[in-house]
Amino acid sequence: MIAQHFPALQVVVPLMAAPLCVLLRNARLAWAMALAVSWAMVFVAGSLLARVLQEGVISYALGSWEPPWGIEYRIDPLNAFVLVLVSLVGALVISYSRESVDHEVRREQHYLFYAAYLLCLAGLLGIAITGDAFNVFVFLEISSLSTYVLIALGRDRRALTASYQYLIMGTIGATFIVIGVGLLYLMTGTLNMHDLSQRLPAVEHTRPVLAALAFLTVGISLKLALFPLHLWLPNAYAFAPSMVTAFLAATATKVAVYLLLRFFFTVFGAPLVLGEMPLPEILLALSLAAMFAMSIVATFQDDVKRMLAYSSVAQIGYITLGVSTGTAAGLTGTVVHLFNHGITKGALFLLLGCMAMGMKRVTLQHMRGIGRIMPVTTFGVVIGGLGLIGVPLTAGFVSKWYLVLGALERGWWWVAVLILASSLLAVVYVWRIVEAAYFKPPGEQVARLREAPLSMLVPAWAMIAATVYFGVDTRFTAGVAARVAELLLGGFR
Amino acid sequence: MTFIAQFNYWVAMALLAIGLYIVIARGNLVKKLVGLAIFQTSVYLLYISAGKIIGGTAPIIAQGLAVYSNPLPHVLILTAIVVGVATLALGLALVVRIKEAYGTIEEDDIHSQDEER
Repeated sequence: MIAQHFPALQVVVPLMAAPLCVLLRNARLAWAMALAVSWAMVFVAGSLLARVLQEGVISYALGSWEPPWGIEYRIDPLNAFVLVLVSLVGALVISYSRESVDHEVRREQHYLFYAAYLLCLAGLLGIAITGDAFNVFVFLEISSLSTYVLIALGRDRRALTASYQYLIMGTIGATFIVIGVGLLYLMTGTLNMHDLSQRLPAVEHTRPVLAALAFLTVGISLKLALFPLHLWLPNAYAFAPSMVTAFLAATATKVAVYLLLRFFFTVFGAPLVLGEMPLPEILLALSLAAMFAMSIVATFQDDVKRMLAYSSVAQIGYITLGVSTGTAAGLTGTVVHLFNHGITKGALFLLLGCMAMGMKRVTLQHMRGIGRIMPVTTFGVVIGGLGLIGVPLTAGFVSKWYLVLGALERGWWWVAVLILASSLLAVVYVWRIVEAAYFKPPGEQVARLREAPLSMLVPAWAMIAATVYFGVDTRFTAGVAARVAELLLGGFR
Repeated sequence: MTFIAQFNYWVAMALLAIGLYIVIARGNLVKKLVGLAIFQTSVYLLYISAGKIIGGTAPIIAQGLAVYSNPLPHVLILTAIVVGVATLALGLALVVRIKEAYGTIEEDDIHSQDEER
């Protein structure tokens, strides 16, 4: 019976656990609670995905108020897939977090830290699961506000300014989204996404609807850090606590991408967005700019967290590139890369967190010769780095393969060439890490380090192992993604 | 005539632009937040204007009342106001912490302090 209510529990459980954490006022108990809730959410998300793949779309009327009047949670393969990604990454990151948070956050703030994490998790899961356009905004703000808090808890004082900057940009993005949703409501009288998709075709070419599309596109692009709206991201990732960076890099921008797909393909529909509006061209230009400009910037960074943050913006370029092709293969690439890049980047940031246990900032200078001192951690970073480049047998290869296929199918052979060329830039920055870690003599500071504790290595390596596993066995990732792409395009082109 | 008919929307868009301009143009972190608040407020006006009918009452079933304002935008905006207050509070809390850490709330000074390190 309780399985009937899994859609609601997916959001309500972490949402309720957060204030309980605050009431507990104890670091260990709060952590244990966050851990239990996170793993429970993996189970819930997993069973929802299994049910959706078997039985089709699940519609859940929250509080038994029938849609379209009440809030509907509508789960199809796309958001079930995103729910699995978010909850799985959340569970692994929280399993890892105890030692890392002990080290990086002041002890008396721990229970608040875990409460903020649970709120962020609830918000992200909420964005993914809801079928109500205004509800999206509410969950977006729940996750964003808790994210600002989590970032501001970083050790460096620049974490504060990074958080402030993100707050300003994030709020502008969220407000643009509300304006877009408002305009849609004015024109159709509904907020339910499914209902919107039925009613929009009648008013599709009116100016408010097109303005809504523009506001939503820009607002969501701010949240997903599409070049050149990514300015908040590098500092936020570089100065947040390690565990927070890993969690955000793997989930927050990915959920925003999901939102973009949802509005583009479910609400407005592919014919309007990709057929009539010049959006594919704009997205293509910005994606290519992100892939090249941000990869080049990444190669010049000395702070490794910052380097990978710029690399994240570049990788988001690949994700949006898949959307711009408007082909089934390209969209499959987008959805697969959501997952693959999420786990790859999450794993890398977790491993950097292991290194951050012994040094104040993980810079190339500080990590000289670390390959000999922390062999397990460093080797993980190398495999993750190969995943970023897209070497065969890693997950990154699978997604780039589909993106290249998508570009070729569209007849954009030069885009396919550019995808390969930009991967070479990733080789440069990954090589800089390898060079510093293995080919330089260990400095004094590094010599004092020890290998990270198992409680951190196991979750981080589980994610690294996943990047290799999903690079070889693509039945789950590419299989679901192909179904999703089919569903989103719905016969377009 | 259309200008008068759409007066509320013009004001909303003007506030939107003014708020955004303040956020971009001002270097003082508190003033930026003021701009952000104005920016968000413009959206409240946009929603409420659409829900209001001149001469309409609250949606209560009673004799002699026939024209109602749409309550839904009002409810949505109540939520948005709560979100706006939370954002402003968190933003100001961050500014307090920044002032403690840097001794200033001017963006240029903060940047130059970060450059020096």
